[in-house]
Amino acid sequence: MTKVTMTVNGKAVSGEVEGRTLLSTFLREDLRLTGTHIGCDTSQCGACVVHVNGEAVKACAMFAIEADGAEVGTIEGQANADGSLNVIQQAFQDHHGLQCGFCTPGMVMSAAALLKDNPKPSEGEIREYLEGNICRCTGYHNIVKAIMAASGQDVSAIAAE
Amino acid sequence: MPKDTGIGAATTRREDVRFLTGRGQYTDDIQTQGECAAVFARSTIANGRIKSIDTSAAAAMPGVLAIFTGEDFAEVGGNPAGWLINSRDGTPMHEPKRPVLAHGKVRHVGDAYAAVIAETVAQARDAVEAIEADFEELPAIVDMKDALAADHYVHDEIGTNQCFDWGWIEDNRAATDEAIKNAHHVTTLELVNNRLVPNAMEPRCSIGHYNPGTDEYTLHTTSQNPHLTRLLISAFVMGIPENKLTVIAPDVGGGFGSKIYHYGEEALVLAAAKKLGRTIKWTADRTEAFLTDAHGRDHVTKIELALDAEGNFLAFRTETMANVGAYLSNFSTATPTFLHGTLMAGNYTVPLVYVNVKAVFTNTAPVDAYRGAGRPEATFSLERVIDKAARELGMDPIELRRKNFVKPDQYPFASAAGLEYDSGNYDALMDQMEKVADKAGFEARRKESEAKGLLRGFGVNAYIEACGIAPSNLVGVLGSRVGLYDAATVRVNATGNLSVMVGAHSHGQGHETVFPQVVAEMLGIDAESVDIVHGDTSKIPFGMGTYGSRSLAVCGSAVVRATEKIINKAKKIAAHMLEASDEDITLKDGVFSVAGTDKSVSFGEVALKAYIPHEFPLEDIEPGLEETAFYDPANFTYPSGAYCCEVEVDPETGKVRVDRMTAVDDFGNVINPMVVTGQVHGGLGQGIGQALVENTTYDENGQLLSASYMDYTMPRADDLPFYIVDHSKGNPCTHNPLGVKGCGEAGAIGSPPTVVNAVIDALQSGGKNVTHIDMPMTPHRVWSAMKNA
Amino acid sequence: MYAFDIERPASVADAVAALGAEDAQALGGGQTLIPTLKQRLAAPSKLVSLGAVSEMQGVASEADNIRIGGATTHATVAAQVGGTYPALADLAANIGDPAVRNRGTIGGSLANNDPAACYPAAALGSGATIITNTRQIAADDFFQGMFTTALDEGEIITAVSFPVPEKANYQKFVQPASRFALVGVFVAKYSDSVRVAVTGASNDGVHRWTAAEEALSTEFTANAIAGLSVPDDNLISDLHGNAEYRAHLVKVMTGRAVTAAS
Repeated sequence: MTKVTMTVNGKAVSGEVEGRTLLSTFLREDLRLTGTHIGCDTSQCGACVVHVNGEAVKACAMFAIEADGAEVGTIEGQANADGSLNVIQQAFQDHHGLQCGFCTPGMVMSAAALLKDNPKPSEGEIREYLEGNICRCTGYHNIVKAIMAASGQDVSAIAAE
Repeated sequence: MPKDTGIGAATTRREDVRFLTGRGQYTDDIQTQGECAAVFARSTIANGRIKSIDTSAAAAMPGVLAIFTGEDFAEVGGNPAGWLINSRDGTPMHEPKRPVLAHGKVRHVGDAYAAVIAETVAQARDAVEAIEADFEELPAIVDMKDALAADHYVHDEIGTNQCFDWGWIEDNRAATDEAIKNAHHVTTLELVNNRLVPNAMEPRCSIGHYNPGTDEYTLHTTSQNPHLTRLLISAFVMGIPENKLTVIAPDVGGGFGSKIYHYGEEALVLAAAKKLGRTIKWTADRTEAFLTDAHGRDHVTKIELALDAEGNFLAFRTETMANVGAYLSNFSTATPTFLHGTLMAGNYTVPLVYVNVKAVFTNTAPVDAYRGAGRPEATFSLERVIDKAARELGMDPIELRRKNFVKPDQYPFASAAGLEYDSGNYDALMDQMEKVADKAGFEARRKESEAKGLLRGFGVNAYIEACGIAPSNLVGVLGSRVGLYDAATVRVNATGNLSVMVGAHSHGQGHETVFPQVVAEMLGIDAESVDIVHGDTSKIPFGMGTYGSRSLAVCGSAVVRATEKIINKAKKIAAHMLEASDEDITLKDGVFSVAGTDKSVSFGEVALKAYIPHEFPLEDIEPGLEETAFYDPANFTYPSGAYCCEVEVDPETGKVRVDRMTAVDDFGNVINPMVVTGQVHGGLGQGIGQALVENTTYDENGQLLSASYMDYTMPRADDLPFYIVDHSKGNPCTHNPLGVKGCGEAGAIGSPPTVVNAVIDALQSGGKNVTHIDMPMTPHRVWSAMKNA
Repeated sequence: MYAFDIERPASVADAVAALGAEDAQALGGGQTLIPTLKQRLAAPSKLVSLGAVSEMQGVASEADNIRIGGATTHATVAAQVGGTYPALADLAANIGDPAVRNRGTIGGSLANNDPAACYPAAALGSGATIITNTRQIAADDFFQGMFTTALDEGEIITAVSFPVPEKANYQKFVQPASRFALVGVFVAKYSDSVRVAVTGASNDGVHRWTAAEEALSTEFTANAIAGLSVPDDNLISDLHGNAEYRAHLVKVMTGRAVTAAS
C-alpha cells in the first residue's frame, strides 16, 4: 500500500492505496464521494469525469497514485459556496438536461471544463466536446441547450419546450 | 398562457438537485460496513454441457467465503415467463427452466455457472479464475432460420428450438391470404429489426442482506419494478415469504426495459447473504451488461401489403421470426406477440391483418422488451412497406397514408388487429408535422445539400402505439400471468404535508415532480408540500412498476383515485369542523368552505384535525387521513404521431447524417410539457441510434462481437441534431381520469422507419435504385447498397 | 486488475532503471493500458509511470523540425503545435475525447502502435524520428505491424521529432463506436517528396501508400490519384467495414486530405 495525499474539492485528504487503485475507486470507496459514477470498463462513457489540476479526466482511467499531490474537483464540489446550484448545474435543471441522472456528474464536469476554455461554444463545439460523455436518456438535446444557456447564450430559439 | 404550477406547468424537476450535486443514491453507491463481494463465473462458450466444476482450488484462496454453482439451486424454482402464449395449434409454448445459475448446460456467452463470494471484488475475481470448469462444447445455435431447422437444441428437453408458433388473428388468416392473392398490387418487403443492447448507463447492481434475528431479507437492486421482483423471488424462484422480503430500488440510472426483469444475480446475493450472514454486493461491469442484460428487438420479418388500384389498403400479412435468446425473460413472450401483432393495423382502416410469429431459442442473451417493445417492430414493418408501396405505385407517401387513415369521426375504432382505439386525429398530426417541419422548404434544402455534393432525403412516418397495457381481465384471457393495474396511497400528515406512495418507479421519468403536480392541482395546495415515495416494497402498498409508458396513465390514475378519496374524507372532517353537511362543502385553492357562507377551514387545519380527533363523531369518521386506490384501466392508451426526418448522405462514403428530425405526437392531455418533451427527445435518440449506428453482432460461434463501447455504437451528442417536438394536437384519452396517453416510448417507435425512409429517399434522389437497407444503416451498408444498385 | 506496484520516477534514467525489474511495464497516459489491465489481459508486476518525467514533457521547435516530448499529452500538442504544424495539431485535437486527450501521450500511442490509432499515421506520414533513451529510429523502421514496434524491452520513447512539411492534412473516417480510425490517411508534402500514411485499414497496421506518393509527387491534387486503386488483399474486415470498403475509403480520404492540405 502507498500513501497518497491530494486536495479534493478544496480539502486535503489522504489514504492508503494499492498500485491498481483507480482514482475513481479512491473517490467512491475511500472518500465516499459517490457522485463520480462508473458506467463502463473502456474509458468511454464519461460518467466518471472529474477535474485533475483543472483539466477534465476520466477518473476510471487514472490511478490514485498518479493523482498524488494533485488538486481534484468532483461533482460534490461544484455547487456555490452557499450550497445553491452553480450556473451550469442550474442550467441543467432549468433546461431539463438530465433524466436518470447517472451520466449527469460527468456531463456537468465536462461542461465546466469546456466553458473554462471556450466561454461561448457553438452547438457544434459542444456536441464535439461531449464525444466522451454518453447519455442514454436525453438524446442530448437538452444537455447541449443547457450548456449553451450556461454560457449566457440565448437558447429561446432552439426548438421545443 | 402556460401555467406556472399544477397540471400543464413545465415545472422543473426537484429530483435534479440531488443528481446535479452528486447526492443521488444509486445501488452501487450504498456501502455497508462489512459487505462482501459476489463475482460470477460466466461461460465463454455459447453452448456447452457442463461436465464438471471443480471449485476446491478457488475455495482455498484468500478472502473467499463461499462458492455457489447451479447444483446449489437445483431444488429451487426457475425464473418464469410472465405471459403464456399458445401456438396456432392450441399447444402451449415451451417454457424451459431458467435457473439461478446454469445447471447441466451453459446456453449463451455470459451465462453464469458459478459465483464466488469473497471479502473483496479483487479476491472474488481471482478465485473465479481459479475455478476449473470442464465443458463439452456443442455447436452454437445463433441464426434463427438455422435454429428452426436444427436437430440439436438450446434446451434438449423440449426437442425443438421453437418456443411457439403464434397466429393473430387466426380467424382472419384465410381471408387475408385470399385478399393478397386477388389484390391489384402487392408490395413485399423482407426486413430485419436489429437486435439492440439497452445500455442504461448504470450497470445492474444488487445487494443482498439477511437478518437472522427476524428471518427477513432485504434486496437493494437496480429495478424498474421492485414489487414484481419481490413477487417473482417469493412465488417462483426462492420461496421466501413476501412478508419476509423487502425489495428496494433506490435511484436507478435508466432502464429502458432491461431492469423490468428479475435476474438470477438478485436471487444469488440473497441466498449468499443468508448462508454467510453477511451483506453481499454484486455490481455488473459493462461487459456483463452487454452479455447478460436482456437485449431488445431482433425480429426477421416478411411483410406483404395488398392494395387496390386506388391505393386503398386491403390487407397486411407478416411472417416474423422473433429471437427470444437462450432463456425466456419475464416479458419475452408478450413482446413479439400481443405487444406487436395487435398493432399491425397501424393508423389505418385496413380490413384484414394476419400476423404469424415464430419465437426461436438461440444461444444468445435473452431478448425481451426494450423501449417500445413490440410496437417499434410493428411500426417499422408497416411504415417501411407502405413507403415502398408508395414508390411502386408512384404515389406520394404522405397521401397514401392519409388515404387510409382512420378518420376522427370513426372513434372508437375497432382495428383489424383487435384493438379499440379511443381517440386520435392522424390527419391533424400530419398537417402539423408538415407545418412545423417546414416540409415546403425541403426542396430548397435539398438543393443546398446537392451543392455540397450530398444527397438529401425526406422520410415520413405515422405511428400508433398502445401504452399502459390493460385491462387485467382482458390480458388474463390472453395469457398474462399478472394483473396490470397500479396502486397509490396518499397520506396526509398531521402538519398538512403529503407523502404519496406510488407503485410506479421513477428512473428518469420525473415522477417526483409530475405526480405532485397532479395531487397539488386537485387539492389546491403547493406542490412542494407533496412528496413521492417509490421503489420500496416496505413503504408502498403494491405496484406493477414502470414500463410500457404506463406510469401516469395507470399509476397516475391510481393517485387521482386515492386523492379523490382524500378529498371526500377531508370534506367530511371539514363539515364536522364547520358544523355543516358534507354535501355543502366545496374545495377551492386548498380551502374548504360551506357553500353560500363565509365559513371555511384550510386544508392544513383539516389535516391536523384528522389526527387530533377530539370531538370526532367516531361512528362516522375514523381518525387519520390516508387513502389507497388500485386502478385497473379499461383499455390501453393510444398515442399516435406523425414524424419526419431529413438526412444527408455522403455518396462517396455512405455516411448518413440526420439534419432535421420532427416528432408531432398526440399524448392527450399533458401534465408537464417539459418532461414529456424530454421523454420524446430520449426516444428519438434511441430510435436514430437503432436506425443508424447500433449494431449487436454475434458471430457464428455465438460470440458477441459488439460487447463493449469499442464496438457497439452508442449515439453521441455529435451524431444527433436538435429535434423539433410538438404535442399541441392532443386528443385526450377517453377512459382515464387525467385524459393522458403514454409518452415514454413514442420517440423510439416513430423514428426508426422515418430515418430509413429518408435515407431511401436520398439515395433514390441520387439515382440509386435502392429500395431497402437493413438497420443499422452504417456507412459501409449504405455504400454497399449504392454500389450494388 | 491484477495487483501491481506503481513507480513515478522523475528522470528518464530512473525510469529506465525501474523498467529493469521483471515484468515491469511503462505507463504513459494509460488510456489504452488501463482498460487492458481491467480486462486482466496484462499482468505487469510494476508500472513505471512516465508522467512525472519532466524532460519528456513539452514541445520545442528546432530549425525545420518540431520536437515533442514522449510524455506530452494530446491536448498539449493540440494547443501548442498549431502555429508550426497545424495538421499535426488538428490530428491531436481529434484523438479520443477531451478527457482522453488530457491524459493520453504521444509516446504511449506510438509505443502501442494500435492499428487504428492516429499518431502512427502522423509519424509515418511525416517521416518522423522516434527518439528513445538509447537511439533514434526512423518512422519507416519503427512500425513493424499491428501492436509491434522496433522498441526493445525497457526502451522508452523520450521524444519524437517531426520534419515540418510544406503542406499536410489528416483525414479520419471514424469507426463510429470506438472513434478510432476506420480509415485515417495522413498526407504530407515536402519540397522533395510526398508521404502518404494510412492507419485503421491494414492487418499490418500503419503503412505508406507508395503508389499515391509517387502520383502526388508529380501532381499534388486529388485528381492525381483518380486512376489508382488500393489493393484490398491485406486490409481489415470486421463488423464496421470489409476490406473492399476500407480500400475505397483509403482512396477517398487520401483525395480529401490532398484537397484540404494547407
